[in-house]
Amino acid sequence: MAKEIYSTYPMVKYLRKEALPTALCPGCGGGTVLNAFANAVDQLRIDPKDLVVVSGIGCSAWIASPYFLADTLHTTHGRAIAFATGVKVGLPDKKVVVISGDGDLASIGGNHLLHAARRNIDITVILVNNFIYGMTGGQVAPTTPFGAKTTTSPYRNIEHPLQISETVAAAGASYVARWTTAHVYQLIESIKKALQVKGFSLVEVISQCPVQYGRRNKMKEPAEMLRWFLKNSVPVGKAKKMSPEELEGKFIIGEIINRQRPEFTEELNKLIDEVQEHFGLKGE
Amino acid sequence: MIIRGDEPEQLRLLKRLYKPGNYFLQGNEAVAYGALFAGCRFYAGYPITPSSEIAETMARELPKLGGYYLQMEDEIGSIAAMVGASWTGFKVMTATAGPGFSLMQENLGYAVMTETPLVLVDVQRSGPSTGQATKGAQGDFFQARWGTHGDHPIVAVSPISVEDAFWETVRAFNISEKLRTPVVVLFDGVLAHTREQIKIPDVEEIEITYRKLPKNEEEAKLPFGDPHGDGVPPMPLFGHGYFTHVTGSTHKENGLRDVYTPEVHDRLVRRIHRKIEQNKHVYEKYEEYFTDDAEILVVSWGVTARPSLGAVLKAREEGTRVGLFVPKTVHPFPGKRIKELGKKVRAILVPEMNLGQLILEVQRFVNDDVLLKGVNKIGGVPLTVEEILREIRGVA
Repeated sequence: MAKEIYSTYPMVKYLRKEALPTALCPGCGGGTVLNAFANAVDQLRIDPKDLVVVSGIGCSAWIASPYFLADTLHTTHGRAIAFATGVKVGLPDKKVVVISGDGDLASIGGNHLLHAARRNIDITVILVNNFIYGMTGGQVAPTTPFGAKTTTSPYRNIEHPLQISETVAAAGASYVARWTTAHVYQLIESIKKALQVKGFSLVEVISQCPVQYGRRNKMKEPAEMLRWFLKNSVPVGKAKKMSPEELEGKFIIGEIINRQRPEFTEELNKLIDEVQEHFGLKGE
Repeated sequence: MIIRGDEPEQLRLLKRLYKPGNYFLQGNEAVAYGALFAGCRFYAGYPITPSSEIAETMARELPKLGGYYLQMEDEIGSIAAMVGASWTGFKVMTATAGPGFSLMQENLGYAVMTETPLVLVDVQRSGPSTGQATKGAQGDFFQARWGTHGDHPIVAVSPISVEDAFWETVRAFNISEKLRTPVVVLFDGVLAHTREQIKIPDVEEIEITYRKLPKNEEEAKLPFGDPHGDGVPPMPLFGHGYFTHVTGSTHKENGLRDVYTPEVHDRLVRRIHRKIEQNKHVYEKYEEYFTDDAEILVVSWGVTARPSLGAVLKAREEGTRVGLFVPKTVHPFPGKRIKELGKKVRAILVPEMNLGQLILEVQRFVNDDVLLKGVNKIGGVPLTVEEILREIRGVA
């Protein structure tokens, strides 16, 4: 049965077959993200040999590493972007992509996320935000909505969630977009744009975790979570006209920012050229 | 596949920039020049006293050689970026001091587990915590050995002078490349800021080694195998279409994660240990002075080795039969040689700028009938010849 599915799924050519089936729970949004990423790569006709995918720790870190068939670097908790920075400097002509979760990239890894955006290094980050620490058992995260229940906020969450996309945009990224797993086609388009932008790009994907999050917050079916996303999604243009009170608990979707700024590896190589020129070290 | 810094062009640049001859350099500068001569073309770091001049020298010199200096947001990011860059074919280095070294420990373990060559210079300063941030010490002997978690081998070298810092850094790179493993340089704040004359040799006089690369597709498909029986797998670099999977989790020879099979973990971790054990000839190094007829032995490392030699020379003039043993590679510790020497002497003194760390390694290899005594000094000031001589006289 399983074999038949793989043989008819057109994106299977991008997957590391010996690592399948995936370890993701039934109903997880991770599969949607992997599918969207594979489709974006396919539509842009990017040769996987020109891709390096880096991830950290947690469920979402597994989405592309080990499953995506490219050079993959599965790193320590929170540090994926810092590892990817070294990879990008070494291979400036390759597409370097980080796929990991909100806990990994925005909590323990928050510092690296901000500074990579500030540096504007040409890395594409696909941040899967499921509001929770899934793999460690459903603990409260910096993205958990105010009032939600988790294993470590059993009564209710009294902390306010981090608005990742807005924060990264403010830090200096070239491209930032946010979608949910209920907006697959828009998501694919944004991943394509992010992959083509020269500079730091972030695509935040609000994703369902029915097992750890939904179950404790009256949405134990994946479809219920998707309906929740659809009902509460507000396009970025419309959100501009709404008050903070009206936006409470809403998901702002769409392109948060799209701009051009000098990119880090290009500037680094330009600097080296200038220095070598200055000291008369260029090929004699 | 190419190791960056290996291009013929690099030789020309090095020759052009750094003429052989005598230079008056600071210890930290000597470390930086050693790295440049060894082929280091990627440095990611975070400033910390007393290591900062290493970063400053690299920031100034690397671009001239077409190399990359990155100032990262913290020490954790620095070693992470180094690992990433090493997998693209760079020889990489960072320098830090005690607190930064602590922050790097998790990813140092990652580098051990993923067999990533890198050089980490720890310019030891006085601790615990911020302690005397600008003063030298030798308190990280065991942080280098056991700082990260789990069962892991580590190689650490320790220079004893400014000139030695140049050569030991070159050697650290060579060991790291040959054994596909991180190597720690245990330097210290005293030598880091000491200026001495050092002789910079001709580039071609320096022996440089490069990591083993896969010879064919088959070898590239097993980035964690052992095709040559030396425990060192060839390293398929990123960007060459091998679709290599690298993870710090327990992995099979093909790189794929398997954390459930006890044999897989056993096989991997034992091989990583065996790789270090069976290649002792690559890294083992120590110096001996007057050990042939010694009845008292001084064992000392790093910055303390030189006042120790001074004290031994003076004691010899006084007619005391005292010898000196200096491990240059401190981990794995040359215990076999200490064991042999321990049988010939009646007393061993271990001077160091801490409250007794190397002495514990010595203790493991000598019998109880040998008088074993630490000569310890903390407070940020190095031991003097007189202080060590006094202790030698005390047991003479």
